[in-house]
Amino acid sequence: MTQRVANVPVNAVSPDPTATVRLHVNGEEVERTVSVRMLLSDFLRHELGLTGTHVGCEHGVCGACTVMIDGRAGRSCLTLAVQANGHEIRTVESLAGPEGDLHPVQEAFKDCHALQCGYCTPGMIMNVVSHLEADGDLDLTDEGIRDMLSGNLCRCTGYLNIVSAVRRAAELTEQSHTEQAGG
Amino acid sequence: MKPPLFDYASPETIADAVSALSSNPGAMVLAGGQSLVPAMNFRLASPSVLVDLQRIPGLDTISIDDGVIRVGAMVRHRDLELDDAVNAVHPLIREVMAHVAHVPIRNRGTVVGSLCHADAAAEMPLLLVLTDGAVKAVGPKGERIIAARDLFQFHMTTTRDADEIVTEAHFPVPGTGAGLAFDEFARRHGDYAIAAIGALIEKNGDGTVSRAALAACGIGDRPTRLAASEAALTGTRLDDADLEAAVRAARDEITAPDDMHATNAYRKHLTGALIKRVVAAAAARAK
Repeated sequence: MTQRVANVPVNAVSPDPTATVRLHVNGEEVERTVSVRMLLSDFLRHELGLTGTHVGCEHGVCGACTVMIDGRAGRSCLTLAVQANGHEIRTVESLAGPEGDLHPVQEAFKDCHALQCGYCTPGMIMNVVSHLEADGDLDLTDEGIRDMLSGNLCRCTGYLNIVSAVRRAAELTEQSHTEQAGG
Repeated sequence: MKPPLFDYASPETIADAVSALSSNPGAMVLAGGQSLVPAMNFRLASPSVLVDLQRIPGLDTISIDDGVIRVGAMVRHRDLELDDAVNAVHPLIREVMAHVAHVPIRNRGTVVGSLCHADAAAEMPLLLVLTDGAVKAVGPKGERIIAARDLFQFHMTTTRDADEIVTEAHFPVPGTGAGLAFDEFARRHGDYAIAAIGALIEKNGDGTVSRAALAACGIGDRPTRLAASEAALTGTRLDDADLEAAVRAARDEITAPDDMHATNAYRKHLTGALIKRVVAAAAARAK
């Protein structure tokens, strides 16, 4: 069987245009020259070695690649690295302390057995951290938490333990705020 | 699942952005990227140049004056959703927004981007159509206002020219006393609507309907006003028979063919149920 070579016109003016981007990632300034079509998810994983950000569907449905962009959760697979130029990115690697002490949301996920294979977990956690850090009251009813998690898919747990973990994380966060205010 | 090759432009003025668009056939505008980047990852979109609007000052503002909410091209869904001044004068925006994808998507996606993407099942285009809104487009020949009814042509197709940039969306503030409501049916929360209805009802002192506006999405090739249903409701007291008449009058507007989500017959059923529910909710809010 012979196969015809596909003759697909490539629109770009130059072969693979590059740009130099400077980002704040987990508190550090990084500068790289990358292809303008590089996704932020690939930038974090391949350029910076931050493989905690997972890549699932690459079209914004699964939420595994969720990171914080300027303090709010966003899909790193739907953001180009050049779009993130000059912006502040936080990944799951930023959460635990230098001694490995877990962030309250990580602690809650561990306590409540809210993960099984763990693939969706970094995206879940960054989304939850973003919600907990946002101004305004959180709806911590089951329905409210499920709404919060609606953009993150998990194929293992059936979500029940994740819902419990979010509530627990909110309690832990509240406690630490109270302690800080008291002390 | 990676974007195809493109050149990237990050202009700092609208004029430069327009010139990048008009001098590069196949160039596309990038705002939040929550529809365009997945389309590029799927290779459904293959722009020659991506013109990123984010460095142009002044596009991220929301203002309310002369009875119009003006939303700049870089205003994220989430910013409009959480804006208390907007919510005070047009609370339906926040209600509708809860149906637009998920918070992480709304954190990045822009309102104007959603209008320009013009998915036939998207909520924000429905809202613009329902309230007779408009957009401001800037091109090489200057700027023009495009009314919502003239903007949406077909699924993912608007009357914006390829070298025009929509810099603002205009959402008129509903009149005092108007009741507005919205509801949709989707298989999963955050998905595009299989059918959605928005309604605006104004009443006379004697309780009859002085003005009824109904808009739908997900049921045809674009967000559309249900003019025949509006006529069927105007002047009535919204009795059961009047609502039934409005439902019957909408049937011809439901043109979406059977697809993987729903049959045409099921969309007709959903639309009827939603019209009754949403008109009743809007009427209850009308003063």
